Amino acid sequence: MNPSADTLALASTEFDLTKVADGQQVTLKWRGKPLFVRNRTPAEIQKAVADDGASMKDPQKDADRVKPGKAQWLVLIGSCTHLGCVPTFGGGDYGGWFCPCHGSHYDTSGRIRKGPAPLNLAVPEYEFLSDTKVKIG
Amino acid sequence: MLRKLSVIAAVAGLMASFAAAPALAAGHPLEPEKIHWSFNGPFGKFDQAQLQRGYKVYREVCSSCHSMKLVSFRNLGDKGGPFYNEKYPNSNDNPWVKAIAKEFEVADIDSETGDAIKRPATSADRFPSPFPNEAAARASNGGAFPPDMSLLAKARTGGPDYIHAIVTGYKNPPAGLKVGPGQHYNPYMPGDLAAYWSGDHAHIPPGGFIAMAPPLTEGGVTFDDGTKATVDQQARDVSAFLMWAAEPKLEERKQTGFAVMIYLILFAGLLYASYRKVWKNESH
Amino acid sequence: MSGHSTYQPKTGFERWLDARLPIVRLGYDSFVDYPTPRNLNYWWTFGGILSLCLASQLITGIILVMHYTPSADHAFASVEHIMRDVNYGWLIRYMHANGASMFFIAVYVHMLRGLYYGSYKAPREVLWILGCVIYLLMMATAFMGYVLPWGQMSFHGAVVITNLFGALPLVGPSITTWLWGGFAVDNATLNRFFSLHYLLPFMIAGVVILHIWALHVVGQNNPTGVEPKSKADTLPFTPYATVKDGFAMSVFLILFATFVFYLPNALGHADNYVEANPLVTPAHIVPEWYFLPFYAILRAVPDKLAGVLAMFGAIACLFALPWLDTSKVRSMRYRPTAKLYFIIFVVVCCILGLCGAKLPDDPVLGHFKTFILIDSDLNSFVWLSRFASLYYFAFFLVILPVLGLVEKTLPVPDSIASPVLSHPVSAPEQATAAPEMKG
Repeated sequence: MNPSADTLALASTEFDLTKVADGQQVTLKWRGKPLFVRNRTPAEIQKAVADDGASMKDPQKDADRVKPGKAQWLVLIGSCTHLGCVPTFGGGDYGGWFCPCHGSHYDTSGRIRKGPAPLNLAVPEYEFLSDTKVKIG
Repeated sequence: MLRKLSVIAAVAGLMASFAAAPALAAGHPLEPEKIHWSFNGPFGKFDQAQLQRGYKVYREVCSSCHSMKLVSFRNLGDKGGPFYNEKYPNSNDNPWVKAIAKEFEVADIDSETGDAIKRPATSADRFPSPFPNEAAARASNGGAFPPDMSLLAKARTGGPDYIHAIVTGYKNPPAGLKVGPGQHYNPYMPGDLAAYWSGDHAHIPPGGFIAMAPPLTEGGVTFDDGTKATVDQQARDVSAFLMWAAEPKLEERKQTGFAVMIYLILFAGLLYASYRKVWKNESH
Repeated sequence: MSGHSTYQPKTGFERWLDARLPIVRLGYDSFVDYPTPRNLNYWWTFGGILSLCLASQLITGIILVMHYTPSADHAFASVEHIMRDVNYGWLIRYMHANGASMFFIAVYVHMLRGLYYGSYKAPREVLWILGCVIYLLMMATAFMGYVLPWGQMSFHGAVVITNLFGALPLVGPSITTWLWGGFAVDNATLNRFFSLHYLLPFMIAGVVILHIWALHVVGQNNPTGVEPKSKADTLPFTPYATVKDGFAMSVFLILFATFVFYLPNALGHADNYVEANPLVTPAHIVPEWYFLPFYAILRAVPDKLAGVLAMFGAIACLFALPWLDTSKVRSMRYRPTAKLYFIIFVVVCCILGLCGAKLPDDPVLGHFKTFILIDSDLNSFVWLSRFASLYYFAFFLVILPVLGLVEKTLPVPDSIASPVLSHPVSAPEQATAAPEMKG
């Protein structure tokens, strides 16, 4: 019952970042799952970096979750690490994402801060092809 | 006997506690006003004149953005539908249905040349969608996707009451609520306004944002039967029409239900009498 | 109880068949002559009601499959095709959807009856465990069936439940990928769920046969919990039990019909009339009502793996029940203390159901906050579900084992017939009731 060949063949995807305005987020479908591309505001980045030292379930620095020099772009798999629901932005206690299913709170870096989820929102493999274009997968 | 009744009461109680349980809590929008619909209750029926008015509101207002892709033109002439007529038991022959279908164009393939063409719809066709796909719909509506209306009255908690409340319930946003471009404040819309509220956090306004501007205007539609087209009237009529679109077999269901209930009650009475007779001389 | 058979073939054909395949004899011994304790109350009619539910689900399900398309692109529309265009499709589909709820109502009453009257105690352990297996199969079948209409709740319910297996250390992610047949819940998942949803009910039917077989070996329990000792304790199944079961079934059918014809969507969720969209989770995702208590237990635990284990543990307790209850007295009718804990247990299960339906952080009473305990406000459903879950497990793992050793029980009658026949209930009740009916 493992994935069939056509499912495995799902190609990587390219995305034009100019579509995402400041402080906005675009949701793409990648490998059947939602993918968040967020253009973070300086305030969001500041908040994420300031919390680097806070106690966390899955400790990670904000800088390790973005590409060097591209701190405004946060690319995440939009699937809660608890049970796979799609978190919504702008809810929760940490100004980031909130999962409506079981109440997991993520911060502006997508790190798990409160609730049942065990891990931070996953950052997929991606690279910048140019300043305005990323290749995901 | 008392013990037997308590068994039934306990089962009913268990049921009631579960039926009451799934109350929607997210965002805490206002509770829609309960409207006395003609189709409420065990003997409820659709009001055909209301469905016809509702269809007109859908056609002239809603259908420019909202699709209704599960409904066919022929359904309009089905029993219980807005244009049903006893003379035309087969709704495909119904002249009103044919006339309505002709107003729409649907995509097809020319069977001789194989070219993509547009042809007038027939009564067997489904309602064509205003946009070819979701992306096109979003692009034309500021990023928001107007939901398909075929099942809207069943797909929202509160059903037709909710639809009526949404289209009549637009309010000016309270001071301190930041409304984004292309957004409208509606206290009946589910949502989370905490991030947009600069006032007291214990008193976040009820409701949420909706991308649709208030769709109905006073006299925006002229009803053929002379009914005054107030916003409330239009909202009621279109909500009733959407309930019909979502559950076209409602009348048939309730009528069948009545016959089944009578049968089951008689059957249960008969079995109870047999039970008393069989057990008459046995202590238990 | 499977004593010697009293079946007498009447016709030549019956004699001929009886010598070759004694199937009529089997039916006669099981459903006609079978000795039934005379004191069975209406709680004992739910076994028959459950057979009716299973038959109804199988028949309506087979008809639905004739019109349903198992494909992520067409499933939602094909269900609507059934609702709108198929002859009486709306009736068949509403019967099937509400029938699942009715099935669970009946099975919960049946299980609680077994729990109250000690029907799981020796020699009925295997009978009870077979029942638990049926319940487990029912849950799997109901869950996969709920996915088939491919609405928003179907889809995200499937996402959440399949992700439960991802909580297992090391093998978790591989198991979920294997269950999905891809990287997310998608067409492959829908198709395999469809296949299993068709298969499992027949497995249920198979286990039901084993369940009835086991029942006929050990005999029915009864409200006194005392085994029948003489002929005076029992009555033949037909007509006594059949007519009583028949009456109960018809009353149950009235409840069923009320839902099908007048409240067809009351037990469902509005979001399932929205086609599945992998990119948006409904704001308030809840399973069907019959899973809510387990869902509440899952959410009560702040750790993913522990939550999943607690949820499965809650079901595992049922399997171990015959060895957890240490009491020598079978029926709680003669165990006043146990009866009290049982009533609290039923209330706790309902509270867990309520918690499962609410948002975890919402306040239980009023709109006020009290104080934060560990991670959430004390006045919240998450804390209520924690207390309720604690009682759920304590009931099985502490109360029943300890209570059996320390409680004071009431005197148990010598036989079924002794309290029944000396019971002045039936004769005077009829005598006083009769003139009223005439008047």
